[in-house]
Amino acid sequence: MAEAQALTKKDFKSDQDVRWCPGCGDYAILNCVQGIMASIGVPKHQICFVSGIGCSSRFPYYMNTFGFHSIHGRAPAFATGIKTANPDLSVWMVTGDGDGLSIGGNHMAHILRRNVDVKILLFNNEIYGLTKGQYSPTSPQGLKTKTSPMGSVDRPMDPVSFALGCGATFVARTIDTHLKHMEQVLLAAAHHKGTAFVEIYQNCLIFNDGAFDAFAEKTVRDDKTIDLRPNQPMVFGKNLDKGLKVDGWEPRIVTAAEADVWRPDTHSPGPAFVMSQMDSNSTMPRPLGIFRAVAAPIFDASLHEQIQRAKSTKGPGTLEKLLHAGETWTVR
Amino acid sequence: MNPTRERDVQSFESVVIRFAGDSGDGMQITGNQFTHTSAVIGNDLATFPDYPAEIRAPAGTRPGVSGFQVRFSSSDIHTPGDQPDVLVAMNPAALIVNIHDLKPGGIVVVNTGQFSDSDLKKAALAKSPLTDGTLSGFRVIEIDINKRVTEALKGTTLSSKEVQRCKNFYTLGLMYWLYHRPLETTIKWLEEKFAKRPELAEANKLAMQAGYNAGDIHELFQGRYEVLPCTSMPPGTYRNIMGNDALAMGLVAGAQLAGLQPFLGSYPITPASGILEALAAYKHYGVITFQAEDEIAAICSALGAAYAGCLGFTSTSGPGVALKTEAMGLAVSVELPLVIVNVQRGGPSTGLPTKTEQADLLQAIFGRNGEAPIPVIAASTPADAFETAVEACRIAVQYMTPVILLSDGYIANGAEPWMLPRIEDLKPFPVKFVEPNPEGGFQPYARDAKLARPWAKPGTPGLEHRIGGLEKAHLTGNISYDPDNHEFMVRMRQNKVMGIRESIPTPNVFGDSTGDVLVVGWGSTHGAITSAIEELRKKGRKVGSLHLRHVWPLPKDLDKLMACFRSVLVPEMNMGQMARVLRSEYPEQNIISYPKVQGQPFRTTELVKKIESLLEK
Ligand code: SF4
Repeated sequence: MAEAQALTKKDFKSDQDVRWCPGCGDYAILNCVQGIMASIGVPKHQICFVSGIGCSSRFPYYMNTFGFHSIHGRAPAFATGIKTANPDLSVWMVTGDGDGLSIGGNHMAHILRRNVDVKILLFNNEIYGLTKGQYSPTSPQGLKTKTSPMGSVDRPMDPVSFALGCGATFVARTIDTHLKHMEQVLLAAAHHKGTAFVEIYQNCLIFNDGAFDAFAEKTVRDDKTIDLRPNQPMVFGKNLDKGLKVDGWEPRIVTAAEADVWRPDTHSPGPAFVMSQMDSNSTMPRPLGIFRAVAAPIFDASLHEQIQRAKSTKGPGTLEKLLHAGETWTVR
Repeated sequence: MNPTRERDVQSFESVVIRFAGDSGDGMQITGNQFTHTSAVIGNDLATFPDYPAEIRAPAGTRPGVSGFQVRFSSSDIHTPGDQPDVLVAMNPAALIVNIHDLKPGGIVVVNTGQFSDSDLKKAALAKSPLTDGTLSGFRVIEIDINKRVTEALKGTTLSSKEVQRCKNFYTLGLMYWLYHRPLETTIKWLEEKFAKRPELAEANKLAMQAGYNAGDIHELFQGRYEVLPCTSMPPGTYRNIMGNDALAMGLVAGAQLAGLQPFLGSYPITPASGILEALAAYKHYGVITFQAEDEIAAICSALGAAYAGCLGFTSTSGPGVALKTEAMGLAVSVELPLVIVNVQRGGPSTGLPTKTEQADLLQAIFGRNGEAPIPVIAASTPADAFETAVEACRIAVQYMTPVILLSDGYIANGAEPWMLPRIEDLKPFPVKFVEPNPEGGFQPYARDAKLARPWAKPGTPGLEHRIGGLEKAHLTGNISYDPDNHEFMVRMRQNKVMGIRESIPTPNVFGDSTGDVLVVGWGSTHGAITSAIEELRKKGRKVGSLHLRHVWPLPKDLDKLMACFRSVLVPEMNMGQMARVLRSEYPEQNIISYPKVQGQPFRTTELVKKIESLLEK
């Protein structure tokens, strides 16, 4: 652990040139993650970054840890294999809206429901960046792109709603332009036991610049977003004078004093789902922060527990035992 | 009851029985039990289960017929036999579907309790085959098994439906009587199987005993038969084994010999699911099994586990391989050990899920984007699947490469006696991971004498590195788009895989080593080919056979072996895929393809006829 204590952000920078477009939101995330890694107390040889394909998926190359840049959409399966093979590793997965929710949507659903102890960072830029600007499953309806010259007719999906629907045990959202918030959320994710799913709004300035400006731009951010903090009143606004109250199924804006306390650990993910579907085109703020954080059995640990149990009840398997099991007979 | 008088017993060298009934009649269990008992008393044997893809096609119909053929013998045999000597037919559909295969003069045991007009209608029969002459030329034994079982189980607490489900054990008992087999092995099996429902164990035992007694009391048969233990089997310890089980055990053994924890990522698919099921029961061997959400996740998880230091396995059938193809390319690129098992079935597409075929050979050798060489090896019999799986593991770890291991439905579900290898004969091939903090730094794409790259386990200090599917620079493994480097790496991967030739033996020719026809086979055609060669050599023909375990790369010196014959015949359950490979590798040889694509294995007689036709030329 001596090494871990001495680590700084610099130790996590690899010797590879970072090749994202200058000004891409990915830089801020990389910077933040490198900082987090230095503070979570895990030696870098115990950390493994796994990714699929896309701009975000180049991430592992820039981390001075173990890294596996796999194939499009399949990172959850690789991460599951790695974590299950060696549960001592701290496994992080980096994906995007196309990689994680379109081609890899199936795998994403299953890693979330299994609760494999993997931290998932989904960079959502609402566009396909690496293939140069086609609409993605999170692009808003009407978005004009190279493959939707008259505007996309697809209805977008919400990554947080999706994760909640899959039974994820930790679901959060943050934004590339709000470093402090990102740090807090990523630290909470790092400390969660089980799958942690973090959607990070990430600006692609080349193909979808300003996608989140309506609520994330610094001048409006305080009034247009709300930070869901566990067990804290749901307040927002420049002066923290506004609050949210959930009446029945509908959230409404109230004064700070009347605000409900946010609980991410209710038995049902219902409240978190209501938050994730809050229509921010209206006057409602866009929720960031921690939607859900509950404890549940962890896949990789349960699997190894079964193996240990089998070994202790049946005795460890040897080649001799393997071959001679069942009925045998001898020819002399 | 009195034991049958010994003078009634007639001895046979080899007998073939086919049990046929509705999918719900338990014919597979009956066949397996008969096989097991015969194995334990020391017969050589071979089996051929043949069942429909539907779990329960409408009861009593022809598509719902499930069959199990077993051949047991006092001499060495290689196939489950071309024609049954005995057919057991539990209903009209089973009778009509199978009767044409029965040997002239063979015995047919018919359950007349299932021959009502409505039963005939379900089998699409206008007249009863019992009376319309269909059965002339056979020895017909009619028994109302439905009724007999009801009588035998009178007084038990079972419902009449449950009683009828014991019919197959009545049949089994009858066959045990006829062929002089002990009941103990099955009794033991029933007691274990129904430990939690002793009344079912008891009922099935009663039914079996009733069937056994019926042979005596009712004088259904003219006498009894026996097939003595096989004395020509080499000395050793044996067990009866099915292909999928042997293969699963081979994977476990392979991982142990490599000193690695095995990880299987798999998705259920016919006929490969048995491997996942078998390995899931081997947790005490440290086996990690992961039933993935799909075929792609199955292989990706296994490759992830291989990256993390396990020996990765994934098991599937042809349609699953199609889905895994992209990840197989990645495995070639990141050069990690991974065994991909393809239990082939009839294709294309969903094809014939429960029938056998060998039509995925070219897919295995060539079916990926880019230059993506993968070694391919093939099991030839159920027992051989063990050794072949161990060999797949050896190649995977010694060459740091994915390996495709081909089996097929015929091997997967077939059974034969397996002479257990001696533990000391299983040669370990221990893996050496890269040590922490190597002097002079770590190069993930350095090479050893076999051109294999080092295996660096995440969690080892000083080895932090990144890998992926983008082209890598020689030595450093960093992303490289350099044209010369790309060609260098393509050739490097190719040379590595072709270099496996240096570590594989040239197979021995069976039979004559020079002569008129050499039969070259691979995979599950082994039994039929061997039997055909034996038969022809008995007639004085100059023929031999050569069976390939390593189908890619091919072993050295095959051309020299082929050159000793006038022509080379390649029988395959496909349109001639191996023949095509051999022609391209050895254009100077006279290679004749003999394809069969019916979802059924070759019969010995078919091969004999084909070879004889070549001999006449
Ligand atoms: S295309 Fe967009 S997302 Fe990709 S690197 Fe450039 S700015 Fe970033």
